[in-house]
Amino acid sequence: MKSLAELEQIRNKMAAKINVRSETDGDIRIVVGMATCGIAAGARPVLAAMMEEIEKRGLTNAYVTQTGCVGMCKYEPIVEVYDADGTKTTYIKMDAAKAVRVINEHVVNGNVVSEFTIGAAN
Amino acid sequence: MELARAHVLVCGGTGCTSSGSEKIINALESALKEKNLENEIKVVKTGCFGLCALGPIMIVYPEGVFYSMVTPEDIPEIVEEYFLKGRVVKRLVYKETLTEGDSVKSLNEVDFYKNQMRIALRNCGVINPEDIDEYIAYDGYKALGKVLTEMKPQEVIDEIKKSGLRGRGGAGFSTGMKWQFTADAPGDKKFVACNADEGDPGAFMDRSVLEGDPHSLIEAMAIAAYAVGADRGFVYIRAEYPIAVKRLNIAIEQAREYGLLGNNIFGTDFCFDMELRLGAGAFVCGEETALMTSIEGHRGEPRPRPPFPAIKGLWQKPTLLNNVETYANITAIINKGADWFNTIGTEKSKGTKVFAVGGKINNTGLVEVPMGTTLREVVYDIGGGIPNGKKFKAAQTGGPSGGCIPAHLIDTPIDYDNLTAIGSMMGSGGLIVMDEDTCMVDIAKFFLEFTVDESCGKCTPCRVGTKRLLEILTKITEGKGTLEDIDKLEELCYAIKDSAFCGLGQTAPNPILSTLKYFRDEYIAHVVDKKCPAGVCKALVSYKIDPEKCKGCSLCARNCPVGAISGKIKEPYVIDTDKCIKCGVCASACKFNAISK
Repeated sequence: MKSLAELEQIRNKMAAKINVRSETDGDIRIVVGMATCGIAAGARPVLAAMMEEIEKRGLTNAYVTQTGCVGMCKYEPIVEVYDADGTKTTYIKMDAAKAVRVINEHVVNGNVVSEFTIGAAN
Repeated sequence: MELARAHVLVCGGTGCTSSGSEKIINALESALKEKNLENEIKVVKTGCFGLCALGPIMIVYPEGVFYSMVTPEDIPEIVEEYFLKGRVVKRLVYKETLTEGDSVKSLNEVDFYKNQMRIALRNCGVINPEDIDEYIAYDGYKALGKVLTEMKPQEVIDEIKKSGLRGRGGAGFSTGMKWQFTADAPGDKKFVACNADEGDPGAFMDRSVLEGDPHSLIEAMAIAAYAVGADRGFVYIRAEYPIAVKRLNIAIEQAREYGLLGNNIFGTDFCFDMELRLGAGAFVCGEETALMTSIEGHRGEPRPRPPFPAIKGLWQKPTLLNNVETYANITAIINKGADWFNTIGTEKSKGTKVFAVGGKINNTGLVEVPMGTTLREVVYDIGGGIPNGKKFKAAQTGGPSGGCIPAHLIDTPIDYDNLTAIGSMMGSGGLIVMDEDTCMVDIAKFFLEFTVDESCGKCTPCRVGTKRLLEILTKITEGKGTLEDIDKLEELCYAIKDSAFCGLGQTAPNPILSTLKYFRDEYIAHVVDKKCPAGVCKALVSYKIDPEKCKGCSLCARNCPVGAISGKIKEPYVIDTDKCIKCGVCASACKFNAISK
């Protein structure tokens, strides 16, 4: 360790990795439906794509978790995004490419991707 | 995918390891692999969470779900239900974290943690102690960087002085003053050392810090070395702490690789390296001069003070010797400032204190509370009270050198000066809770047995004196004591206190003196009435069957291991007191409460 900058670099690199362990309010919670129906419809690649995108961008204000069957199996894979203020957005029939867009547009920039939401389907 | 969506923190402290956490980690890793989740879910082995009574403990982030008393058989269910399908396995969740609506609340809202404040234990149960990057992520080595690049050695000492930090090993001497003395002592070569020879029965605070956050010790010792002008450090740690030794060695190795130990740290002129010295488990080696003698390679025996270690320590060179927990506070003080530390605690005792709470208490474990917290809060609010609805009788602090705090002083705010004033001491932080079934003479005898075993034999008052104390105590517990014996006991206590060579001998009579002070009536009951009020001392207990209550069911006779009970079915049974070994099996077997002692 030859400088403080070097230490800072390690700290920043690690920040995203350990962020999941902090219990701070104000984080964006992304919930992927991972019941049998969701997994069969391809929820796992969705979840993986989201994790990769979060890592790539070094986001520390969002975490991904999972839940069971939401009851709308025909719309799976379903992803629910809870903003820091508790607002819930439900995205349906997701795939990896859509997942990346949700991270970029919704989580990073705060713009709901309306075309993927359950509202758009009705 | 390098970034895991969930982290499973499994306690790898000694407590949970002995209740099988290693097996759980293995089962978890193979079950995750089976479900192809090994890249999504990261398993992290951490240090002690503190709630040892509920081990093995597992906490899952980001949700913060707290699973307790997990067994390897539970793992497939947790992986299938929780990690794959996202359903919390409520059966295994610590019940206090389950809310009425069956959702899971944060661990920080649970009684056990709510009333605590973690400074020395800040990283225990949070980071993987074998990964330096995780330590750095939680601001590790930032304080060392700040000290080396922004502060002069004297400024560091001034900051520690201003913080009001006092030695956590027991005596409570001002840490800043100790640093100052060592810095001011003339000498071409100086050392820093750490006392990790935690020997009090029931104490495991230092072990938990070493196991859970070894880098905090390394960083603090480097800071201390810079402040006092040393370039070499020694950690004296007992060989009975294999996990702590292993993790500390890994941590030292990693710090060397990163150049956080070695030459020109952070590109400055400061050079520092350290090594471990293993103790063979002699209690006296926790005494500072004996500890240094042992580090030098000699038989661990104390030497006269003064000169104090700050003047003539290791190899006659000025040496700074602090306890593990003291060091664990240093980086927090540097990072957050003395003014922050100053606001915590009482007027003369700043900061927090870690206690290893054991004995007759529900939540056996490790707690860290601000100085000034009352014993009642520790025992009832955090410790969850006494099991089986028994009454609190006393708490023993300071181990074999300390004393007891009786029930009527339970509201005393715990700090160095208050505990000394009531005849106990802070000690290193072992806190043994005793209920109404504890005999205070027996407790004093227990501690004396310990000191007699551990006396190094160098001075007569300790070698012979403690032996005589134990003999008198044994006589009393056997019902052969007289009132004169109690006076003799007390007189001898003071003689040893005044004449023993080192701290071990000088404090050895404390358990007797403090029990005599608060529970003299129990001593008198033993010698005058020949009774042990708590029913512990076997020679003074005799079991009787109440003929009125006895239904003649023969259950007691069938359970008696020595065949001391006889009688006819449906008629009252009788105990033959000559044969009876007073094991109490009959009393607990009786369904009619007919047997009393």
